[in-house]
Amino acid sequence: MTALVVDDSSIARIHLRHVLQKLNLDVYEAGDGKQALELLRSGLQADVILLDWSMPGMDGDEVLSALRADRRFDSIRVVMVTTESDVGAVTRALDHGADEYVMKPFTPQIIIDKMRMLQAREITRTLSRQAGR
Amino acid sequence: MALAAAEFEYLKQFVRQHAAIVLEGGKESLAELRLSPLARQEGMASAQQLLERLRHESFGGLHLRVLDAMTNNETWFFRDLVPFEALQDLVIPALAAARASSRKLNIWSAACSTGQEAYSIAMSLRGHFPQLQDWSISILATDLSLAALQRAERGLYTQLEVNRGLPIRYLAKHFLPQGIDWQLEHEICRMVEFRQMNLAEPWPPLPLFDLILFRNVLIYFDSAKRREIFRRLRRALHPEGYLFLGGPESTCPPEAGFERKTWATAVYYRLAGAVASGSSPEGKQNEPL
Repeated sequence: MTALVVDDSSIARIHLRHVLQKLNLDVYEAGDGKQALELLRSGLQADVILLDWSMPGMDGDEVLSALRADRRFDSIRVVMVTTESDVGAVTRALDHGADEYVMKPFTPQIIIDKMRMLQAREITRTLSRQAGR
Repeated sequence: MALAAAEFEYLKQFVRQHAAIVLEGGKESLAELRLSPLARQEGMASAQQLLERLRHESFGGLHLRVLDAMTNNETWFFRDLVPFEALQDLVIPALAAARASSRKLNIWSAACSTGQEAYSIAMSLRGHFPQLQDWSISILATDLSLAALQRAERGLYTQLEVNRGLPIRYLAKHFLPQGIDWQLEHEICRMVEFRQMNLAEPWPPLPLFDLILFRNVLIYFDSAKRREIFRRLRRALHPEGYLFLGGPESTCPPEAGFERKTWATAVYYRLAGAVASGSSPEGKQNEPL
C-alpha cells in the first residue's frame, strides 16, 4: 500500500512518515497541494492520501475537490488531517469526498487505527463485490 | 516503586476473588502505576498503604474503586470495524426479518467501559436502519466500573477518543464540539441503558438477547470462569441470536454449545442448532444465571 502525505510542515510529514512506515506502507511526501497533484498526475499510484487541511496556497479542500473531479483518482482514499474541530469543517470535507479525518493533535495509534479502518472497509467492499452483494 | 511480592500476591487474590480477573506475574509495576493515583485520591501516600487498608476493611466502596483501577477500560468507537459491518450487512437485516411481528430487539454490550461500543451500535442502527426507528430496541450496556459507566452516560468524549475509530460521517452527524471535547447527541445517548454488572458474579435476570457483544473481556478470566461464562451466555442468547467475541478470543470451545460462523473477516457465534427465523419464543425472561 502506498501513502502520500501532504502537509506544509516538514515535522508533520516526518511524524506521519514514521508511523506509516511502521505499517509497511510506501510513503511519499508533498509539501503543498500543487506538488501533491503533480505527483499524482505524473503517475504516482497512491492508495491513500493524508491531506493537511490548512496549507498556504492550495488548501486541503481545494486539493480534495481537484482529486474528486478527476476520475483517475477515484480509488484513492483521502484522510483529512486537520486542526479544525468544528462540525462544519468535517461536514464540508465529507461532502467534498474525504473518506476519513484525523484531528490534530493525534497519536500514532490513531493513525494506525484509521489506516486499519480503511483497509478493513476495502476488504469488506471487495468481498461484497465478489459475493455479488 | 513496584509492589512487593506479598503485596502483589494479595492483589492477585483480591481481583481474582471479586472479579475473576487473572493478574499475571510481572505486572507488579503496572499494578503500582494503576493504584498510586487512587491511593493519593484517598489520602494515602502509596499503593502499598492502599492495599494494607483494603486488607483491614470490609468490602465496600474502596474495594470497588480498586477493582475499577485494575480493570482495563480501553475501548473505542467501532472497534475492529468488521464486526460492525457484519451487523450492518448480515445480523441486523436477519434480526429485523425475524422480529418483524414483534418489532423488538434486545442487544447487550457487555464490559462496555465508557460506552463507545454501545453507542456505535446505536449510531449504526440510526444510520442504516431508519425503518427500525419506531421499534422497541433495547441496548443494555454493562460494566463493572462505576466511573466508566458515569462517563458513558454523559456521552462526552475527548478529541482523542472521537479521533479513534469514529468514522467521519458519524462524527458529522451525531456529535457537537463542547469546548475541547465532543458531545454525543441526546437522541443517541437515550438509546442505551447503562448498568453496573460484575460478570464474575451471578448474573441478574436478563431478557433473552438477540445480539450480544462480549468482546475483549474473556481474556481476563481463567479457563474455569470462561467455561462458566459460556454456559451463561448460552442461556442469555436467544435461539436465533448472535454472539460476537473479541478478536484475540474468537475461539469458542466446541463444548460451549456454539457454532462458529464467519462473515467477511468477522467471526461470530450462534447457538448450535440455531432455529430458522420466526419460530422461537420471544421476550422470555431468564432466570438468574
